[in-house]
Amino acid sequence: MRYLPLNSHDRQAMLATVGASTIDDLFIDIPEEARLTGPIHDLPMHAPEMMVERHMKKLAGQNLVAGEVPFFMGAGAYRHHVPASVDHLIQRGEFLTAYTPYQPEIAQGTLQMLFEFQTQVARLLGVDVANASMYDGSTACWEAIGMARRITKRATALLSSGLHPHYVGVAKTMARFTGDALVHSAPSLTAETDIDELIAQIDKNTSCVVVQYPDILGRVGDLTALAKATQAAGALLIAVVTEPVALGALRSPGEMGADIVVGEGQSLGVGLQFGGPYVGLFGCKQKYVRQMPGRLCGETVDAEGKRGYVLTLSTREQHIRREKATSNICTNSGLCALAFSIHMTLLGEKGLRSLAEINHAMAVTAADRLAKVPGVSVMNESFFNEFTLVLPKDARAIVRELADRQILGGVSLGRLYPDEDELSHGLIVAVTETATVEDIEAFAAALQEVLA
Amino acid sequence: MSMNNQGRPTRQSVDDAGGVQQTSTGNRALMLEEALIFEISDSTRTGVDLMDAPKVASRLGGLERKAAIGLPGLSEQETVRHYTRLSRQNYAIDLGLFPLGSCTMKHNPRLNEKMARLPGFADIHPLQPIHTVQGALAVIDELGEWLIKLTGMAGVAMSPKAGAHGELCGILAIRSALEARGDKRSVILVPESAHGTNPATAAFVGYQVEDIPANPDGRINLEALIARLGPDVAGVMITNPNTCGLFERDLKTISDAVHEAGGFVYCDGANFNAVVGKVRPGDLGVDAMHINLHKTFSTPHGGGGPGSGPVVFSEALAPFAPLPFVERMDDGRLALIEEESAEDHHASSFGRMVAFHGQMGMFTRALAYILSHGADGLKQVAEDAVLNANYILRSLEDVLDAPFAGAGPCMHEALFSDAGLADGFSTIDIAKGLIDEGFHPMTVYFPLVVHGAMLVEPTETESKAALDQFIGALRSVAERAKAGDASLHSAPHFAPRRRLDETLAARKPVLVWTEPAAEQAEAAE
Repeated sequence: MRYLPLNSHDRQAMLATVGASTIDDLFIDIPEEARLTGPIHDLPMHAPEMMVERHMKKLAGQNLVAGEVPFFMGAGAYRHHVPASVDHLIQRGEFLTAYTPYQPEIAQGTLQMLFEFQTQVARLLGVDVANASMYDGSTACWEAIGMARRITKRATALLSSGLHPHYVGVAKTMARFTGDALVHSAPSLTAETDIDELIAQIDKNTSCVVVQYPDILGRVGDLTALAKATQAAGALLIAVVTEPVALGALRSPGEMGADIVVGEGQSLGVGLQFGGPYVGLFGCKQKYVRQMPGRLCGETVDAEGKRGYVLTLSTREQHIRREKATSNICTNSGLCALAFSIHMTLLGEKGLRSLAEINHAMAVTAADRLAKVPGVSVMNESFFNEFTLVLPKDARAIVRELADRQILGGVSLGRLYPDEDELSHGLIVAVTETATVEDIEAFAAALQEVLA
Repeated sequence: MSMNNQGRPTRQSVDDAGGVQQTSTGNRALMLEEALIFEISDSTRTGVDLMDAPKVASRLGGLERKAAIGLPGLSEQETVRHYTRLSRQNYAIDLGLFPLGSCTMKHNPRLNEKMARLPGFADIHPLQPIHTVQGALAVIDELGEWLIKLTGMAGVAMSPKAGAHGELCGILAIRSALEARGDKRSVILVPESAHGTNPATAAFVGYQVEDIPANPDGRINLEALIARLGPDVAGVMITNPNTCGLFERDLKTISDAVHEAGGFVYCDGANFNAVVGKVRPGDLGVDAMHINLHKTFSTPHGGGGPGSGPVVFSEALAPFAPLPFVERMDDGRLALIEEESAEDHHASSFGRMVAFHGQMGMFTRALAYILSHGADGLKQVAEDAVLNANYILRSLEDVLDAPFAGAGPCMHEALFSDAGLADGFSTIDIAKGLIDEGFHPMTVYFPLVVHGAMLVEPTETESKAALDQFIGALRSVAERAKAGDASLHSAPHFAPRRRLDETLAARKPVLVWTEPAAEQAEAAE
């Protein structure tokens, strides 16, 4: 067995040292009636590397690969070009096979990287501080709602209708058990965001307002007035960013006054991966830092006065505070945070601004072209790299038919909102730098065909 | 000293090496200092070449960014060098034995990395039409089947993102099952030796947490637990093998009593590596258990994640499992059960825990690992993991206090305490001394039930020679701590950093980098 270095000679010698005659002597604490004697049957035995590879390749071959077809899907997961050096660097064993940096003297690589990540994320989101990552955007969003409850001592959260429905779903699941009340409705197919409605709904019980930017339908709305109204009522504004590349072109939520900004970092460095692992971004104003969930890395000095980094403020965390912790989170998404950080470093200010510009320009190009398809209209007035089309037919069936023509042409609102009939003609289309003018043309032509 | 020094150069302090103590750069040959990206870059540099954007009229709704973000950029060469240099300041399994108890730092096979990167897995969108992702759903389904069979359970939830998230999943299922029968229970019992995530999870969902004491032999006090059961107890959370490295012999008795009293049994499966293929938790009455794919099934820890924490369920809890999940239809195709299909099909699901379907990238790695080992290999994994831990326990019990060693064998980890060290010496001195010897320390000061605990988990992927080296190193450090060797207090001496001031970091948190000029202006205010 190629991963097991002991041979039978070693095992015998070690059993002798231990004072056991057979290996089963070491398992005597398992009740005999439950102890298994041979391999669990009905399961395959060990296999050579080549056989495993063959099996896995067969399964991989049954999927339609995004990069091999015109691709326009988004809605919380985006396909961007990831520079080759990102994947090379995260596969260095010293990063890949390290643990959470509990022994900082021999984990400065991970810790310095996390400190740099926290700084990059805080600057991108426009907030004072950021943590060392969460599982993903949806769980970061829920953690932010919980944090607002702890800070305001109120338990009613207003969720924008433009918040990703899966993020709403996660919050609903949790709120059922924590006693938080969530106010939420499905979006309407209009060009306007629901910011004015949210402002009207804020009252003295509101713990937070949660708004996505750009929202699930791709719309972009100014959060300044919402932040003021929220804070005037003693509540917190939580902004959710599912496409961080957008912040290369758009004002940041922090700049517009958001108290907590969370996001999904998958766009940078991580790749689609059928939904995971991704990387949750979590930032907030300095004054709330002690209520933050998750790991934090901080600067300090060593015994010789040299600068170094450690995990810090761990008195918020489960391994110290147990049932009084701010969150139960332990493992986060360190390696994805590394990929995010490397990609950000490669881009830099200049690269991220250019990348955002290209995304927006390609999306505008696609929106203009798709609007010419008979019966199709573009719902949005404002958008970054994602907008919503209104089709003359049920979009879910159209997406399937497009896929049969080897085009992954967006995410239907029917998939995301199965109960909302009035949204069924909506199709969310995302266009990144990976789409070519030819891809857009192929998409438009195929859409026209399947709608005909 | 019995340390095996073959092939290992004896380390010498820089002071003895010939008088040179400082260099002008701060570097020491291959040990290279590396500044922060913010200090070595500027906003005009970049490591990417992008095409020109077509000229279009902006539709950003008047929200164009005006202010600079303040992001540093580096060329590709500088980027590769920066992160390569940082990486060399990390200890890792690829460098040597990493005996963190309860963390299962085993070898991460590279085949798994290769498989996860196949475009058919790495480059597919989570919301693609179901008929275009049948292979991805097959991976989830096949891995789920393995987990069910290895644990003897009835169902599995694949979406939880890590161990603690899996605990949350299990506790939500328990609460849902109780609510479904109109049973309001408010208490979860957790043994003192539990991982901190257990009480944190139960409290997160609104349960009161009550501690269950341990016996002097390191196992749960059965009588105390049974005496506490009653109509207010929703369930118990038990780690098995427990964090003292011992198998909870009475688990079946406990499960029967908990069920009898109307509660459920949650098992923390963090230590499943010790018993995979040797016992099925389902046979011991467990109702829910998370499995850390990043421990037992070798997906890399990545410096703190990503993890993956699927949860297996008993018949009683399986109907409450979260959305979405994969189901095989009569015609052999795989369906993804989401909100819509769940309405008539899986009405008792407690809902969604994550945006998409869980950690697909970890599923592919774990499945490749499981297929490599097979049922026979996984059994051997547990046997070798337990043998290695017992070998360490028996090789060191003469020099380090092993509080439960008299009671019989340990499972996959050996537990020592700081009893018997010289006055003023503690576990931290041993840990930092081990760093100088070239090893990552064991888990320290956990579990809390043992004073100055040192929890050593070697895993099955260490050779006898590697174990002997480690035993020699730990013996040497322990002897120094018993003899009162003061140099241990200032260890590590040879790591990239000496002991770091954690109190300073917490008292005046510096969590992001600020420009020195701005820092000065702030101080002047």
